[in-house]
Amino acid sequence: MTYFASGHGACPGCGLAIAVRNVLDALEGKCFVANSTGCLEIISSQYERSAWGVPYIHSLFENAGAVAAGIELALKALKRTDEGKVVVFAGDGATADIGIGTLSGMMDRNHDVIYICLDNEAYQNTGNQQSGLTPMGSNTTTTPAGAIMLGKTGRKKDMISIAVAHGLPYVASASVAFHADIRRKVKKAAEIEGAKYIQIHTPCVTGWGIDGKQTITSAKLAYETALYPIVEFENGELTRVRKIKERKPVEEYLKIQRRFRHLFKHPRGQEIINLIQKIADENAKKYNLDL
Amino acid sequence: MKKVVRGFYSIAHAVKLCKPNVIAAYPITPQTEIVENLAKMYSNGELEGCEYVTAESEFGAASILVGASAAGARTFTATCSQGLILMSEVLLNAAGMRLPIVLVNTNRALSAPLSIWNDHQDSMVLRDGGLIQIHVETNQEAHDMVPLAFKVAENSKVMLPFMINMDGFKLTHAYEPVDLLDQDTVDSFLPPYNPPVYMTTKNPLTFGCYAPPHCYTEFRVVMQRAMMRALDVLEETYREWAEVTGRDWGGHVVGEFLDDAELAIVSMGSLTGMVRDVVKELRKNGVKVGLLKIRTFRPFPAKQVKEALKNANKILVFERAVSFGYEGPVGIEVKSALFGLNPEFYSFAVGLGGRDVPREELMKIITDVYEGKVEQGFHFGTVKEFEEVIV
Repeated sequence: MTYFASGHGACPGCGLAIAVRNVLDALEGKCFVANSTGCLEIISSQYERSAWGVPYIHSLFENAGAVAAGIELALKALKRTDEGKVVVFAGDGATADIGIGTLSGMMDRNHDVIYICLDNEAYQNTGNQQSGLTPMGSNTTTTPAGAIMLGKTGRKKDMISIAVAHGLPYVASASVAFHADIRRKVKKAAEIEGAKYIQIHTPCVTGWGIDGKQTITSAKLAYETALYPIVEFENGELTRVRKIKERKPVEEYLKIQRRFRHLFKHPRGQEIINLIQKIADENAKKYNLDL
Repeated sequence: MKKVVRGFYSIAHAVKLCKPNVIAAYPITPQTEIVENLAKMYSNGELEGCEYVTAESEFGAASILVGASAAGARTFTATCSQGLILMSEVLLNAAGMRLPIVLVNTNRALSAPLSIWNDHQDSMVLRDGGLIQIHVETNQEAHDMVPLAFKVAENSKVMLPFMINMDGFKLTHAYEPVDLLDQDTVDSFLPPYNPPVYMTTKNPLTFGCYAPPHCYTEFRVVMQRAMMRALDVLEETYREWAEVTGRDWGGHVVGEFLDDAELAIVSMGSLTGMVRDVVKELRKNGVKVGLLKIRTFRPFPAKQVKEALKNANKILVFERAVSFGYEGPVGIEVKSALFGLNPEFYSFAVGLGGRDVPREELMKIITDVYEGKVEQGFHFGTVKEFEEVIV
């Protein structure tokens, strides 16, 4: 049984398709999927061409958290909780921006839902516009790098901390660079009652300006530079981090992506690179990432 | 059993008897006491097989019901005004997904200016979204329409959200004697919800797909067909209700004194009671007026409206909303239904934002129209002199 069939419309090398397959495999297809509007819905749910081998619903851009809560309540009321887990797949915009209200409600009421944020760091479905999870300095169509602006100002919204602050029993970040880690985390989340939040770093080939073969290397570099800390919280306690052996400078991650190319040309580009390095250093310190 | 209860309770009691599986609640005046009554029942263990949940917004409440309904649950919520508008994106989505969510809208004016009081502007804004909409005159009628709403919405020929409109404050806060239904009656009328399709791992289906241009129209076609089928399903179910309970609320429209009426007055909702009163008095004095109460607003019973109004030379519609830049929405619908008959046509927006509609005002408008003292077209009821700040 294929839970996420080949033939879906994702770009070659798409990070989120890798993440979705791993999540569904880890749950052995025993799940109900609520998906917000975005890349995933567009590549997988087209009428007569559904890629889904599990019950799936797409409602709107901003309500997957609440829709999932409704499915969970229905299963409880109808005494069908043995059928499977309720899972949300939502992009970073749907999660951190437009959908944060219904996500907060779902977390606040502690519904038994695994919320997966597929973080490709911009509104990639509409062609790379900045979201709350777009990193500093990134060139997007709504924060374009120009003569006086150098891409997105401000840093990624810290959704991990926001989730932890809701008192969730389980919060984790993950990356498509580490499949086994995704599967372990999803399996673990499935065994915990209550609301779970897992944010998976899923590089976007077109938005980031990388080659389809570079998806995993890019994701890995984000981890190796400490720009994407891979962490795990249980009941508010930081229980596990993926340590970094020899942390790499952020330039190594930035230089392979078109979205950061201007930073290496613009007279003030180095200033921004320094700020990005500072974010990485703070991450390393906050989570004690260096081995 | 007849009991003097408020409109809120008449709804909550009926909802309980319908055995919903998921109720989502978010407070807004004048709806709040409906969900509060349900909360109390839930808290006391009276809502067996039901999950009651407090949402983070009306948007969330409607979204929760989308998930629950798609997963096969019978669902209910109540709202109005800004809350209904906040729900609107979700409710229109639910209609497209053919989810039979039932909600009660306690009609209330929209901001700005802020008003908590009654008119019909809120539900009119959702006119074109694919929700079945009926308006009730009394709390007894509101009470009776709850099981009916579930039965019609969940009919496999229909499968659309159903919104019962009851006037905020005028009905919700009013104490009226209501003959409360009992469980056996509702059980004999309303079968358990048995959805033709629902989310289950035993048969994985995709809900809320995306439709490219080559098939989007077809989805709209089947929605329109379902809406038009709902006209017949509603009528059958109205009749069945009369048989089961002995209370006949009539069909889509209820006409009184229309056979020889020169002036037919059209009304919807709680205002109808007073219009009827005025009509009766005028009739006693030999004035040939009649009344048409519209119960079903969407789908619009154009055929029934035309048939009922075919003899009148003059039509007068009382509105509780405005379609800004045109006329009153009910007047527009009625005029459209009468195409070809060409009677004189008048419509008056009255009672906006909860303004009192005194009997004398109705009497004056009706008499003036009857005596030819008013120009045809759309008018507001009583308006005080005021200075426009922006001109």
